[in-house]
Amino acid sequence: MKTSRRQFIKTSSLYAGGLAMAGSGLKAASGLLKNLGGNVEGLSRTPTYCEICFWQCAGWVYKDDDGRIQKIIGNDDDPHCNGRLCPRGTGGVGMYHDEDRLKTPLIRRTVDGKQVFEEATWEEALDFIAEKMKSVAAEFGPECVVLFSHGSGGAHLGHMLKAFGSQSISAPSFAQCRGPREVAFLTTYGDIVYSPERTDIRDSRCLVFIGYHLGENMHNGQVQEMSDAIDKGATIITVDPRYSVAASKSKYWLPIKPATDLALLLSWIHVLIENGWYDKEYVEKYTFGFEQLREHVKQYTPEWAYGITTIDPNVIRRTAKEMYDASPAVIVHPGRHTTWYGDDTQRLRAVAILNAILGSWGRRGGFYFPERVQFPEYPTPAYPVPNRLPTEAYAGKYNLANEVVSNGICDATIPSVDSDCNFKVWLVNGTNLMLALPDQKKTLQAIQALELVVVIDTMPVEITGYADVVLPECTFLERYDMVRVSRHREPTLALRMPATEPKYHSKPGDWIARELGIRLGLAAYFPWKDMEEHLDWQLKQVGSSLEEMKRIGVKKFPRQYDDLYLHEGEDFFFNTNTGKIELYSTDMEEEGFPPLPVYTEHEQPPEGFYRLNYGRAPMHTFGRTANNPNLTDLMDENTLWVNPKVANLWGLENDQYIKLRNQDGIVSTFSIKVRITERIRWDSVYMVHGFGHDNKKLSRAHGRGINDTELITNVKIDPVMGGTGMRSNFVTFVFENDNAGEEVEA
Amino acid sequence: MRYAMAVDTKKCVGCSDCVVACQTENNVPIGYCRDWIVEVTDGTYPQLEIEIRSERCNHCENAPCVRCCPTGASHYSDGGTVLVKKYHCIGCGACIASCPYDARFPHPEGYVDKCTFCLDNRVKKGMDPACVSVCPTKCLYFGDLDDPRSPVSQILKKRKYKTLIPEAGTKPHLYFLI
Repeated sequence: MKTSRRQFIKTSSLYAGGLAMAGSGLKAASGLLKNLGGNVEGLSRTPTYCEICFWQCAGWVYKDDDGRIQKIIGNDDDPHCNGRLCPRGTGGVGMYHDEDRLKTPLIRRTVDGKQVFEEATWEEALDFIAEKMKSVAAEFGPECVVLFSHGSGGAHLGHMLKAFGSQSISAPSFAQCRGPREVAFLTTYGDIVYSPERTDIRDSRCLVFIGYHLGENMHNGQVQEMSDAIDKGATIITVDPRYSVAASKSKYWLPIKPATDLALLLSWIHVLIENGWYDKEYVEKYTFGFEQLREHVKQYTPEWAYGITTIDPNVIRRTAKEMYDASPAVIVHPGRHTTWYGDDTQRLRAVAILNAILGSWGRRGGFYFPERVQFPEYPTPAYPVPNRLPTEAYAGKYNLANEVVSNGICDATIPSVDSDCNFKVWLVNGTNLMLALPDQKKTLQAIQALELVVVIDTMPVEITGYADVVLPECTFLERYDMVRVSRHREPTLALRMPATEPKYHSKPGDWIARELGIRLGLAAYFPWKDMEEHLDWQLKQVGSSLEEMKRIGVKKFPRQYDDLYLHEGEDFFFNTNTGKIELYSTDMEEEGFPPLPVYTEHEQPPEGFYRLNYGRAPMHTFGRTANNPNLTDLMDENTLWVNPKVANLWGLENDQYIKLRNQDGIVSTFSIKVRITERIRWDSVYMVHGFGHDNKKLSRAHGRGINDTELITNVKIDPVMGGTGMRSNFVTFVFENDNAGEEVEA
Repeated sequence: MRYAMAVDTKKCVGCSDCVVACQTENNVPIGYCRDWIVEVTDGTYPQLEIEIRSERCNHCENAPCVRCCPTGASHYSDGGTVLVKKYHCIGCGACIASCPYDARFPHPEGYVDKCTFCLDNRVKKGMDPACVSVCPTKCLYFGDLDDPRSPVSQILKKRKYKTLIPEAGTKPHLYFLI
């Protein structure tokens, strides 16, 4: 076996002893935490906002008299959740109680030729990291230190890193997820969709979902509003090769052939324009390039689209009419996870254009103008100007990307003659890069080239196995974080405060960043006494205080700028080159991309293979909840959805476990349970992402189901913004007895 | 007073929030549940329908579990709610066998457990049951059938509904809006 510098450590760590496992000596002011706020149910409560997903719903943590966390309930004043958390938020208690949590800092050591994790004190671990960061920065510059982050810890660590002199900060939530939609809307409207999305679903009369499985993806506020829209009789149109839950709530389900969505979108635009079913006044007043668009889409007739999408031309016309009849209270939803085929920005541009000609942007029931509080930073010295920016990692490419491209950073970490932009240190916080980034081989190559890998997380997720140092972060229930400054219909702030002291030897993100910062000689950047003082200062600048926020959890502020919607005939300047909504994109043209979306054909599965589609389950967030005791109780493995025709062909049976092999010969590590269902097309299979964990320390998640990421090796890069298109992978079935058969023959 | 619940199958997305909220509210041990999700798919691709139901004890007016309980542990309580006195329950399981809805389970502490409509811990204090108050799609309606203004009476007046296994003659108090 080839030995690598950084072997994956999966066995139990070498216990150094001398460290008490439970009850760290650090008592947070637990007495202080009791009896704050209302005592509604004989339980004390403290405010928080959820960290189980990016929606960050505000809620109350209830504890019994023994100080044990009982439940988490949504805050009624919070526009993200309206007092109703989703199953993950309600099950957030499991994140705290999970006995598999990272408990103490670990340092990779070689003992008797074997790489193991040794328990360390925080002093040792932080000193080790700081020394290494300093020596690497002295040789290569501070910019060679990268932070990958998803979640609240990123604000603290990002501040520390910027103070250190590096802006190399990236999150997979851009190039593996939202990126194409943000760039498409930015080039069209000069503004992005944001999170939570600015979609006015509750007042919409027609909702169009393109492969967007709202209800299975539990984006709380939007799911709630979809339900309101159903109550009010809104028409729902769902385009999906799978009969999703959203499809089952729809008046029209368009069971499209996978990878052909753009043909349908262009055809819809064609139908709307040819029939005059568009908002003429709005298009005249606010848009740029309508005539070019009209010319361009002449070719995209419903009959043309039929041959590609398999959607009946009459259904294309009828659904287009439904959209027009509802306009401007119509939302062609931009979706969220949009990195599919590599021409995703162009597909989302078509979505943006559809909305524009229907006049839904800035209209009730369409897209509103969200607003947030101007919330000041605690004063610290200016950050040093870095010698180079992370975008140099992919210089000359992805110029329209408005955030850092994570896979660009990953690629540039691999030593190459083409690039001198070598990154040497990865700090990884709250994102399991092994499951988040496709093409695992590349991620591993990058990791092997690094001088230092530090993982800061609550759980022993796979990426911890490649770390040199593992730092146990405490959960959101045990810490302060930055105030949640929410952009919504009404601006709000939300407070997260500790409901209890950190379990084991875990520490809050702000403490980790600060302690590391002090060791790096950056104490001047951390002038506050503690987080309470930090937050109180910020809150007082906007007329609130920590004391008030502890009582109310969420504070609403009046809107200060424009209204939610455009006024009749209002002059409006869009932040684009032309000051208008660019149906014809001058940005795209300047960058050498088609200024109007063009249909391109994508690969279809070869004989005997099926397109691997993946999605979400409402009770899980990616892989990060796969070990949560409350949530695994609801769903503890993913299943492989197979159409009965396909099952028949292969002799598959329900509940049978099989492995999968992809087009590149990669075989899944684990097996997956077959679910034979009419809800999936015969040319594709489906599974929920985030399962198939191979770290044995995740006792409930290990070996349960298949990890789709390991089968995603055919990655289609979006040339516009660097997104990783992940839906051009094809799998076939591998039966356990295949190997047994070979052995018998041998 | 007759407590009842209605479940809007047209809005329920099957997220299971009702299940977790019940577990954390009522200290239901992990691995057990008092409410659950049923998803029924009908038809062949692409002519399909799904019905999603959040199910629990039907709090029947004519409850076989109460009739068959040898100790009187299973009983009717306020508003017709069917409850189990855990200290009277000997865990014989007769009620589990008699329930057509499979709504009861043996609690690891030796008694039979099931949905209580959160009667003592919430409803009597003026709150909705935990599942109702958490549901993100607001697809659960609760209240007194004898009160025409209660959410459940209101919605049953407006919408088409059904009950499960009506032929069992249990007169269930769990309604499904269709």
